[in-house]
Amino acid sequence: MKTLSKIYNALIFVFLYAPILVLIIFSFNDSRSRVVWNGFSLRWYETLFQDTELLDSLWLTLTVAVTATVISTLIGTAAAVGIHGMNGRLRKVFMTVNNIPMVNPEIVTGIALMLLFVFIYRATGILQPGFAALLLSHITFCIPYVVLQVMPKLRQTDKHLYEAAMDLGCHPWSAFAKVVMPEIMPGIVTGALMAFTMSLDDFVISLFTSGESAQTLSVTIYAMVKRRVTPEINALSTLMFGTVLILLILVNVLQIRGKPKQTAQ
Amino acid sequence: MKSRSAAAPFGIWMALFTIVPLAIVVWFAFTDQNGDFTLSNLSAIGEHAGAFGLSIALGAIATILCLVLAYPLAYSISRVSERAQQTMVMIIMLPMWMNFLLRTYAWMSILENNGFINQFLRLIGVLGEGQSLPLINTNGAVVLGMVYNFLPFMVLPLYSVMVKIDRRVIEAAQDLGSNGFQVLFRVIFPLSVPGILSGITMVFVPAVSTFVITKLLGGSKVMLIGDIIESSFIGHGANYHVGAALSLVLMILILICMAFTSLVDKGEDEGGMMA
Repeated sequence: MKTLSKIYNALIFVFLYAPILVLIIFSFNDSRSRVVWNGFSLRWYETLFQDTELLDSLWLTLTVAVTATVISTLIGTAAAVGIHGMNGRLRKVFMTVNNIPMVNPEIVTGIALMLLFVFIYRATGILQPGFAALLLSHITFCIPYVVLQVMPKLRQTDKHLYEAAMDLGCHPWSAFAKVVMPEIMPGIVTGALMAFTMSLDDFVISLFTSGESAQTLSVTIYAMVKRRVTPEINALSTLMFGTVLILLILVNVLQIRGKPKQTAQ
Repeated sequence: MKSRSAAAPFGIWMALFTIVPLAIVVWFAFTDQNGDFTLSNLSAIGEHAGAFGLSIALGAIATILCLVLAYPLAYSISRVSERAQQTMVMIIMLPMWMNFLLRTYAWMSILENNGFINQFLRLIGVLGEGQSLPLINTNGAVVLGMVYNFLPFMVLPLYSVMVKIDRRVIEAAQDLGSNGFQVLFRVIFPLSVPGILSGITMVFVPAVSTFVITKLLGGSKVMLIGDIIESSFIGHGANYHVGAALSLVLMILILICMAFTSLVDKGEDEGGMMA
């Protein structure tokens, strides 16, 4: 039974990683083919760093992801604190609104935002699909993840501690900063990380809101997939995947090192 | 409490960028090019009934396959040591860090007529020279793409529910004479229902509304409702009004499915899908 389940899990992992392996291997291929191996080469990594279109869209993707993460984390954390203080019907309304972008199919969110910007543009002549529209859309779909990560942490905090801090003469703001913030910090960090991941990986909503002028990496890749994908893109994703892998391993190692210290305290 | 006002920016933001856009979708769905009221956009749905049907069918098959594949995996993850659990969850989430389009694109290399599967079958002599199994551009390839992309969305909620099942409950059932199957069907399964339901929604919604997977793995042969909506907003012959009507129907359809699942699930308002 034990070995059977190990084999099963291994098979699923093979299924999950087979295409990724194909991508990585063929980023080192010495030809344009995606199925025939012509020998090892680093030429796609060389051309990658000369491809300004691709590097521009990578830069745009990162800019949007970082900005959207910061703004959505601020709005989302404040929202969680506010909603936590609500009760009954109002709280339910806010949570339902928060769930709309998560429940709605991405394509519906995408076209709804596109129509909003089309509508505003027709009425006022501003906010054509482009960088601003893209950023506003990303913030919108990132906020709910932050709210959902911070809310449970708020529920776990003891509100008497906050009151005690104020009784002892703390200003509500500093009581919040000194007592509540450290408690909900893990939720804020997870929420920010999820927001960043979602923004980085988003394709559907970006496709509908970015327009011609502000193409994210995913949108550029989509345009390429329709014509012909160059292995440069394999090289780029191999580098990105490698970076994430190294970061994750580092975080894990640090966590393991940090653990014995924590228990010793 | 004054803290409520902290949610004000959120309220304004979400009203502007979530509620208003949906209202605009409804407005577009019920008007024509001149802004006059019409129902003709909705009647276009009849033309696309086939695409709706196929989307639901393929989405449902993919969801069931995900559930069947993910269940044993999630269970075995939930029963190993905490360190091993962390590692395995990471292994499942890591592929999501590689661009979704590229991962799906890579399946083309595996499935196409000169792809790795057909090359391999020719090598071992199952297929003759020049022969190939028609794998790509089929409904099957689209379902495979859906299962591949959304499997983690099924594994994670299942795992996060199963990890909370008390080992002692299972041991008690065994002590009282239950065999493996009885433990599975009468103890573990009922306790994992909330995870199953949230997994089903997390897979079904993106699967039923996809257009990328069909574009890449279905060629032009498989048309789902997502493809039709996309083509009514992007490219030549775009018709926002028909597209809005189709989106509206898709949204209502999914809301009905969600209402159905939430009837079974009487959970909290902040679903517990991610730990």
